[in-house]
Amino acid sequence: MDLKIEKNLEVKYKKLDEIIEKYKKQKGMLIRILQESQDVFGYLPMEVQTYISDKLNIPISTINGIVSFYSLFSQKPQGKYTIGVCLGTACYVKGAQEVLEAIKKELQIDVGETTMDGLFTLKATRCIGACGLAPVITINDEVYGRLTPSDIPAILYKYIKTHKETILSK
Amino acid sequence: MQLRPLKTVQDIKMLKEETLKDISLRLKEYKIENEIKKYHILVCAGTGCTSSKSNIVRQKLEKEIEKRNLQDRVKVFKTGCFGFCKLGPIIAVHPDRTFYIKVDQNDVDDILDKHIMNGQVVEKLLYKSPSNNKIQETIDEIDFFNHQMRIALRNCGVINPEDIREYIALDGYLALANILENNINPEEIIKTLKESGLRGRGGGGFLTGLKWEYARNYEGNKKYVLCNADEGDPGAFMDRSILEGDPHSVIEAMIIAGYTIGASQGYIYVRAEYPIAVERLEIAIKQARELGILGKNILGSSFSFDLDIRLGAGAFVCGEETALIQSVMGLRGEPRPRPPFPAEVGLWEMPTLNNNVETYANIPIILRKGAKWYSSIGTEDSKGTKVFALAGQINNTGLIEVPMGTTLRTIIYEIGRGIHDNKKFKAVQTGGPSGGCIPESLLDTKIDFKSLTDIGSMMGSGGMIIMDETDCMVDIARFYLQFAQDESCGKCVPCRIGTKRLLEILNKITSGKGEMEDLEILENLCYDIKNSSLCGLGQTAPNPILSTLKYFRDEYIAHIKDKTCPAGVCNDLLKVVISEEKCIACGICARVCPVNAITGEHKKPPFYINQDICIKCGACIPKCPVNAIYKR
Repeated sequence: MDLKIEKNLEVKYKKLDEIIEKYKKQKGMLIRILQESQDVFGYLPMEVQTYISDKLNIPISTINGIVSFYSLFSQKPQGKYTIGVCLGTACYVKGAQEVLEAIKKELQIDVGETTMDGLFTLKATRCIGACGLAPVITINDEVYGRLTPSDIPAILYKYIKTHKETILSK
Repeated sequence: MQLRPLKTVQDIKMLKEETLKDISLRLKEYKIENEIKKYHILVCAGTGCTSSKSNIVRQKLEKEIEKRNLQDRVKVFKTGCFGFCKLGPIIAVHPDRTFYIKVDQNDVDDILDKHIMNGQVVEKLLYKSPSNNKIQETIDEIDFFNHQMRIALRNCGVINPEDIREYIALDGYLALANILENNINPEEIIKTLKESGLRGRGGGGFLTGLKWEYARNYEGNKKYVLCNADEGDPGAFMDRSILEGDPHSVIEAMIIAGYTIGASQGYIYVRAEYPIAVERLEIAIKQARELGILGKNILGSSFSFDLDIRLGAGAFVCGEETALIQSVMGLRGEPRPRPPFPAEVGLWEMPTLNNNVETYANIPIILRKGAKWYSSIGTEDSKGTKVFALAGQINNTGLIEVPMGTTLRTIIYEIGRGIHDNKKFKAVQTGGPSGGCIPESLLDTKIDFKSLTDIGSMMGSGGMIIMDETDCMVDIARFYLQFAQDESCGKCVPCRIGTKRLLEILNKITSGKGEMEDLEILENLCYDIKNSSLCGLGQTAPNPILSTLKYFRDEYIAHIKDKTCPAGVCNDLLKVVISEEKCIACGICARVCPVNAITGEHKKPPFYINQDICIKCGACIPKCPVNAIYKR
């Protein structure tokens, strides 16, 4: 099957080829290939899954079965910043649900959704193991702990501000 | 760091002596001479402290030391988790054994100028016991560590996990070296493990020595050693702390496992949500290879073994061993019926030995100190120690390791120093989504595998969440069912559909629509799911409901009969009310109410909320200038 590849995606697909090449001889590396592909594309659209299926000669149903099974894979584009609200037990009893509600209200999105401007994706994550700091949220790699709902607007504003500044400086 | 390959067992012993000289000042036995010539500052680099910005503190320390030209006198190291995550970032200054908490980058000058230059402790950074407000200066004084016994966590907070030599200095890889040097018979290793009484720390509690024996006895062209580091129980983080603080103890045990069962390849399956643990493991594996401890002809012997890391992709069920094996092979992590057990048919259909991180971390020291030593600790049923992650509504949250048989009361009130904000204790939840809630009347239970199962909970991986009077037990059961439902892989009907039905009934109860007969349906369904699910996730998913029904039935009844939530958590059962005493009749609340439910006369308190109209949006609560409005 021939696949139409847009010009600006060519670089990414080249990287994808490298990933496939690197792992295709080892057994059991499909999850690793998908993880690294997601790092390149930001998510795993159907075209990428089809491409991998084609190259590795693995049925698309198997690949999609894996992508849809694991929570770290996403089939939709993600925001620039992914907010993960830890809903582990320790965070839950310390009021993580209220923190989550505050973020939902502030951004007007539900869990699993991305803001219209593509800036934030909201996720409810499993325990990240920072229970001593409960409740915690993560924004990309940054961890914020000991939160109350009233801390949320200021934290989000910091990211909105940085984003605006980078746009303006361009 | 330059590492030259170790060719013989003698080499490893020399390296040990060499490094021990450098780091002995961190040990308790170290005797301080008249004048301290050298300091080691250990900065916690676990996930907890890193989240509290310990990295910045460490970098600032390094910079300021260089500025002051103190490099010869003081060195800064990363180290693993001290366990006291709530008070991070944590710093230990040796040889004084001073324990500094909540260190900010602005405190760096004080530490260097006062402590290092003048030998005076920085008082404001010391720990004060919440019970008597007295300062506890050194690691050995702090009440949090009092009832603890650190075996699995022995090196966390002592060594730099990114330097293999420091692990070796504290007798690391000595058990392996001894086995290889003396060609110890694998049967002997199994015998020691069996006699030690070590049981799997991942939840099942299966006798480790027996598991190793099975894996050794099954024939196969190739065999594999697996490490389950897919720590999924919410509120449990001991495996992560071990991997972050002492990765080599796991690697050493896996090599020994390979030698014992006849495997040459191992895999560590670790959650992708643990980036620091993954990084430390990668460094550890690389250094072990450089030293010739992993790879071909380990330490010059005829035995070869290598390790690889496999990253989980976020599925709780992958902690179940047959699902984990699927995932290591790059497939959907769905469990399959046992038997055959993985010891017979595992990875790529070959005999496979699978243990969890904490189990492995115990093994090198057991082989070094002997079965007798280990089995002298703990209870008749369960030997040794167990690491627990203490979290929730408790003063001292963090990671603790206590001998089996310690009572819940000791853990909560002596180590944890009681309930936060002087509230009243309600329950302790152990065993994560598979465990149960234990009420106050059972706090004197001596914990081991059997006693926890007997009272309707389980050991699980060691999460321990403390709940107080403000936590609703029906809501907690609902929370765990939500989790089990989200994480159900969908392969078997009882778990996929049964947990959904359980959740629906709980939702019905917490929203005030429950009926008394629901309790019976709930209970029956729980037993059906327990008896008919395919894997551990489904078989244990009803436990949170069963244990709360057993010990907190009155709360269920309050939700159903009285339509109230005694803890004030379940939103649908709460009323928004105005305190008559506090109200100043300013009228702000009435103006923000979207449905005009609030009435009253200006300056003539109090105002009232008409409960028939109120939609419980809570918009009035934050607007009240005197905090007179609350949910009840």
